Parts: sequence; structure tokens; C-alpha cells
Amino acid sequence: MNTQSNAVPDSPLGAQGIAPAAMSVTRPMYWSVRRELWENRSIYIAPLAVAGFALVGFLIATIGRSLSTPDLAERRTILEEPYSFATALIMGAATIVALFYCLEALHGERRDRSILFWKSLPVSDLTTVLSKASIPFVILPGLAFVVTVATNLIMLLLSTAVLKGSGLSAAALWAQLWLFQMQLLYHLVTVHVLWYAPIYAWLLLVSGWARRAAFLWAGLPPLAIFIIEKLAFNTSHFAALLRYRFTGPEEFDFTEPGSSFALHPMMHLNLGKFLSTPGLWTGLLVAAIFLAAAVRLRRYQGPI
Amino acid sequence: MKVIEARGLRKAFGATIALDGVNLEVDEGRILGLIGPNGAGKSTALNAILGLTPYQGELRVLGRDPWSERDQLMRDVCFIADVAVLPRWMRVSQALDYVAGVHPRFDRAKAEGFLAKTDIRHASKVRELSKGMVTQLHLALVMAIDARLLVLDEPTLGLDLLYRKQFYDSLLNDYFDRSRTIVVTTHQVEDVQHVLTDLMFINRGRIVLACSMEEFESRYLELTVRPEHVAAARALKPIHEHQVLGRSILLFDHADRQQLAALGDVRTPGIADLFVAVLGNKVGQAQGVVQ
Repeated sequence: MNTQSNAVPDSPLGAQGIAPAAMSVTRPMYWSVRRELWENRSIYIAPLAVAGFALVGFLIATIGRSLSTPDLAERRTILEEPYSFATALIMGAATIVALFYCLEALHGERRDRSILFWKSLPVSDLTTVLSKASIPFVILPGLAFVVTVATNLIMLLLSTAVLKGSGLSAAALWAQLWLFQMQLLYHLVTVHVLWYAPIYAWLLLVSGWARRAAFLWAGLPPLAIFIIEKLAFNTSHFAALLRYRFTGPEEFDFTEPGSSFALHPMMHLNLGKFLSTPGLWTGLLVAAIFLAAAVRLRRYQGPI
Repeated sequence: MKVIEARGLRKAFGATIALDGVNLEVDEGRILGLIGPNGAGKSTALNAILGLTPYQGELRVLGRDPWSERDQLMRDVCFIADVAVLPRWMRVSQALDYVAGVHPRFDRAKAEGFLAKTDIRHASKVRELSKGMVTQLHLALVMAIDARLLVLDEPTLGLDLLYRKQFYDSLLNDYFDRSRTIVVTTHQVEDVQHVLTDLMFINRGRIVLACSMEEFESRYLELTVRPEHVAAARALKPIHEHQVLGRSILLFDHADRQQLAALGDVRTPGIADLFVAVLGNKVGQAQGVVQ
């Protein structure tokens, strides 16, 4: 059957003179990431708020405490203390935001039906999922790093002022700090991005798949596997696998007690050793599979 | 130029068959109304056309396979699926920025021009707008996209009469031209009767009637019969009969206008009346049935 009537002649092809619109691949990606930042302002508000909190705490507690002690050596020790603590706070905030973000990323758009709007635009599912994955993999670690460096710098400037006022040199502190920042960056990339990648990818997949209670679905399958394995074989390889993923390879577990900047046992792990850990590569492979599944899933998903 | 071509389009959800071998062709420059009861398969058909759902059978939209090429297709196709799918957290200015950012054929100045005629402020969030205003915003975004096919799935659901009228008026006056094509589904058929160029009824996953509006107007006649002529009118084999305020109203397909005029008042039926006649009536199966 045909809906055509004789009244309307067919318009010639390309009557509007639309040239094939050229648009680079990066533009939809760029705007999709911006879109995520518009929607989830906690991505930058949370690390900044924690940094502000840490600075206020530093100003009141640390500076106050160091000034109240007459012992100059102790004063220096007190001032050296809070860097790793402040850093851990900011990183912790970024990690928590990343976890919650991932669980919501592909779920919220289906719940509020806005997926119908996003899908009405020429943005592929791959671009959408990658833009969402970029938040825990690129944006949050990058942001955490910048905020941490800025916070540490401010703290360092304040400490320097106090030390200078007491006639002490802050040079050692500065030297230590630059090293610390490099270690932090290294830690962020190796642990938070590369090692934890399958965790974030899993959460993204769950958020794209669960119809409700994504939080439960993220935890229930691993729990179920653990229980079934325990009952069927009385082993707990799966639990060991998960623990390994969360804590990192045990052979790297060496802490350097001397450093006041020690953040995490994995901070000082050897790059060669890290790159030759099979767990890293299987983890990345699993993450890639989860993300590919999330992309595929989004093609089929409508509002819930 | 065929904008949509479907042959043997099928889609089943478990045991429920949503589309049961639909064939359809839509030419450029048409405004097609896809009318059907709830669960008839309208939305499924549109979702298949928009690449939102996989399907069996052959389907080409602007020469593309919508399921495998959705993102490419969306450069030339726009859709408003239901009211209120704009994200509630978004600001109007952000919506403009985003669409301008990702859509190569979006004319931002045009969209701002449409918005200037409304009470919508750029700083407002979607959640602060009334349902009617959200629809206005969505329409402004969509009309500023130089697309070849616009698909509207219940675009005015839950809107008051004024917004509905405004919606179709601006669509016709500010958007539609002979090189664009519009497919619309709605339950408010009286709103679109004078907007459509083509009409299609769909029921239980099958197309039960398809005609142009010219054909519709020349083919179907509604007779409000005078009581003394009821028997004579019935002898002419109406496809449907119902009573309003004690008077019989008969619907005819391919009847002679002069002949009917002698029996009572003749006029063109509303789409809703024909819909009831075709779908609510077994006789309907014999009339204008496709497939």
C-alpha cells in the first residue's frame, strides 16, 4: 500500500541543498562529557568541598597546634603530618563520587525517560557510554589530582610561613612535596584508573542493565557467586579474587614507614612489576568487556 | 522519494505480537497520521523507524537501516517521543548549547527565535517549566533542526487545548514544507484532522486502513438521517450506524452524495467516527482493508 496521492509531486532529491554535514567525532564526545558535568555537579563540588574542609581543618587545627608548641622540632613534625591525610580525604571523596556516579549513569536517563531525548540526537551509544566512563576514568582522577595539588600547595605555603616565622627552613618539605605529587599522579593512574577499571566498568554495566535497585544488583551477583562457590565446592576463590581486586597484588604490599607522605601501600609499587602483573591486564580486559556490553545494552534500552 | 519503506515488518514481545507484517511507504512531503487504539503497535512501529528497537522484516528510513545506523540517521530524523522526556535537571540554555554542540543541522538562532515567542526563560530549568512549556521548548529545539523526517509520538498528551492548537499551528506554519515529512501518532484525532495529508489506522499490529485525506474526504460520508428515511438509508449499506440524541447517524463508504442528501444532512465524518466504524465494527473488515 502507498500513502502517496497524486496531489503532491515528489520533491527532487536534496531540494534543500543540505550538504552532508561534517562533524568531527570529538564534538559529540566533548558535549556529552560537558552534559555529564552539568547533570552531576557533585563531580567537582565534592572534591572541592572536601579540599575546603581540609584547608579549614589545617588552618585551625594544625597551624594552631604547631604554633602552641614551643618545641621547634615538634612544630615541624606537626606541620608535616596532615598532607597525606588531606590527600586521602580528597581522593576518598572522588572515589565515592565515582562509585555513585557509575551506578546512576545509565540508570537515571532511563528512569526519567530522558533517554528518548538523548537517543533522538545523532550521538552513538558508544560515544554516550564512553563519555560516561570518562568520568571515573579521566575526569575524576584528573580533578582529584589538580584539587589535591592545589590544596597541598596552599597548605605548604601556610606551613612555610609558620616555619619561616620560627626561623626554620621549609626546603625539605617542598622537596618532599614534589616527589609526593608525582607519586600521587602515579598512584592515581595505576591504582584508581587501571587497577580499579573493572570495578567502575561493572557498576556502569549494572546501571545500564538493572531496572531498579542498581545498588543491590551491583552487589548481589558477586555475593551469589561467592555463596554458590562456597556451597558447591567449599572454596572461596571468587572472594579471594575480589579482595585481590580491591586491595591490589599482595607482593606489592610493602610500606615505607619513614615517609610521612605514605598514602597507600600500592603507592610505591614498582612500575615494571605493576605492568607485568597478569591481574592488571585481565582486569583491563574484563573492564573492556563490561563496557562493550554496556554499549550494546544501551542500544536495546528504552525508558523504564 | 520514499522516506519510509517497510515490508513485512514484524515485532513480537514474547507471545504478544506488536507488529504483524506491516507494509508501508511514506513519501516525502507528507504528514501521516498513524491512528490506533492503545497497544495497537503504533509506538512499536515508530520505535522501529527510529532505530530504538530491533525488528524483523525490511525497513529503510531515508535509505538507511535504522537499527544499525541510528546515530547517522538522527542527523536527518528528529523525534518527540511523548511529552516530558527533556531531562528535568537541564537548563534551557544548556539544552540549546548541547543540541547545538552535537547536531550539525541545528540552527540556534532559529530555536531562540521560537523561544522568544514563548514565556520560557533561558535560565529556567526544565523542572520549573509547565508541561505545556516543556513541549514548546522541545518543539523549538526540534523545529530548529533541518531534518527531513519528523516523528511525533503522542506529542501533545496531557496538554490543554490552547497548547495543542498552538503546537500544530507552529508545526504547519513555521516548520512544514514540501521537502519535509512528518509522521504523528495521537489519540486526539480531532486536533490533527486538518493537519494530515495521509491517514493510517493500525490495529493489532496490522494496518487496517490507509488513504490520503483527499481520498478520505471523497470516499466517506456521514449522514444524519431523518427518521422517516432510516430504512431507506440502511438499504444503502452503511459501514456503521450509531445513535445521537435519538437520531441515527450512518457512515457510508463510496456512496453517492446526492442520493444521501435526499435522506438527511450529509457531511465529511471526523477521523474519530471512521476510526470507531472501522475498528469497532466487524463490517469494517470489508472496508478499505489493506493487506
